[in-house]
Amino acid sequence: MAVDVLIVDDSAAIRKILQRVLVQAEVSLGQVYEAADGLEAIAKLKTENINLVLSDINMPNMDGLQLLAQIKANTAWSNMPVIMITTEGSQAKVMEAVQLGAAGYVRKPFTAEQIKEKLVGLI
Amino acid sequence: MTDTLDQGKIVQAVQAATTQVFTTMLGLELQAGEPYVETNTPGPSDGVAAMVGLAGTWAGTGSVYCSAAFACRICSQFFMTEPRSVDEEVLDAVAELANIVVGNFKNLIEPEIGPLMLSIPTVVCGCNFAARNLGQHEWTVIPFRCGQERLDVQICLVPSRETTHGSRSGFCQQHSIHT
Repeated sequence: MAVDVLIVDDSAAIRKILQRVLVQAEVSLGQVYEAADGLEAIAKLKTENINLVLSDINMPNMDGLQLLAQIKANTAWSNMPVIMITTEGSQAKVMEAVQLGAAGYVRKPFTAEQIKEKLVGLI
Repeated sequence: MTDTLDQGKIVQAVQAATTQVFTTMLGLELQAGEPYVETNTPGPSDGVAAMVGLAGTWAGTGSVYCSAAFACRICSQFFMTEPRSVDEEVLDAVAELANIVVGNFKNLIEPEIGPLMLSIPTVVCGCNFAARNLGQHEWTVIPFRCGQERLDVQICLVPSRETTHGSRSGFCQQHSIHT
């Protein structure tokens, strides 16, 4: 089944790199949607049928942890896997993401293999 | 936390962060060169420079410099495109590279000097330009080679004014670096 993915990062470069990595990871991709922050991501989630979210943490307007909390608090989206992909090295942020219900956590720099490993069993 | 910082630790952190980013995200092997110290003005330079501000109990700038040709190669490796000249996509690629390199440097150096925050990267492209910061601060320059191409990562980091009390402390003064 093709997976519709939402990539959330304030860097257009990282959004493009993640699309390339998803192709390299041989994920059966459907639509790939992009958002530059948590607010844009919420708007996309309301209008599109998204199966998986890959999100940065440090973003303007609404950061990745706030986005994750909103997704998990919404019964329509709460089962959707959210993987955090970030340069953030703080162990406290990792723990917060896990406690909020993140399905995985990948630190930049990442390889296609690392992304693929996180997706196994989720889609 | 410390109010002095051995430049050898800066060099080690930059070398580890930069080689890891190139290996994992770009599939390119880097050879680290001999680091050195410059006071205030590294350059003038041609090519592409991306700078990321660092702020916390210490503050400063991390920057990545390379030729236009190497910037195009970095873009090609990141996005699987074939840019013929430095365009917006190339500038985005070098800015993101600087963001990840300086971000990983930050993660490695924070246990020594406390939490730091990063600014949004700024990227410039041109000929014969120089970057300066206010004051006579030292830049630690860590050069790398990738085939015939050169890439420099430069770090300027000093204790924040708000956190220095009385006598100013900072870098251990040394002008040759042995790692």
